[in-house]
Amino acid sequence: MNVQIKAESFNPADAITQFEAGITGGSFGATASFVGTMRDFNEGDTVCGMHLEHYPGMTEKQLQEVIDDAKAQWDIIDALIVHRVGDIKPGEPIVLTAVWSAHRAAAFDACRFLMEALKSRATFWKKETLTGGSERWVEKNTPG
Amino acid sequence: MAIKVKFFASLREQRKEGVKEVDAQGLKSVSDVWERATDTTLIPANVLCSVNLEHREPHESVKDGDEVAFFPPVTGG
Repeated sequence: MNVQIKAESFNPADAITQFEAGITGGSFGATASFVGTMRDFNEGDTVCGMHLEHYPGMTEKQLQEVIDDAKAQWDIIDALIVHRVGDIKPGEPIVLTAVWSAHRAAAFDACRFLMEALKSRATFWKKETLTGGSERWVEKNTPG
Repeated sequence: MAIKVKFFASLREQRKEGVKEVDAQGLKSVSDVWERATDTTLIPANVLCSVNLEHREPHESVKDGDEVAFFPPVTGG
């Protein structure tokens, strides 16, 4: 599956290895990947947990559209997006984007595109738990 | 004759409801659905809309059987 929504913690390296096993060996010369990991700080506050909500059905559809857009724009062989939902702790991976292509330029560029596109388009919402137990919805993404 | 309405994230918490159905009779646009579902007239500027899992603007049309959702700006990744 090019798009994977995970309710439990995942290992990005394992996800890449498993997905890559389905791509014909020798067909790609470049693999680029990005992993977004939960920080324990945001906007000057210590963050001890986060809940990630999504819109089942719409989110998966949007992520597949992001991959389709990348395939239309760059000469890539395949791409993978894995995204967490549910309760997340600092240090856990939130998102993985990975791209396989013949040469590095397309892999680098498409991987960056996947990440930026999903951040601006896909229906996910973060709610942080701060030290002391108070909660707040994250209202905007970091600029990059 | 019904339209399913969903609210997500902070909007769901503010409204204390995640899913409801409204009578589709007389509803022509996403804005009309918002009015009937919330008893308020204007969709706030920071609320986004979708119809059948596709982003839509408030003026765009709806029909019986549609799923209409309202949610805040996205913050994934």
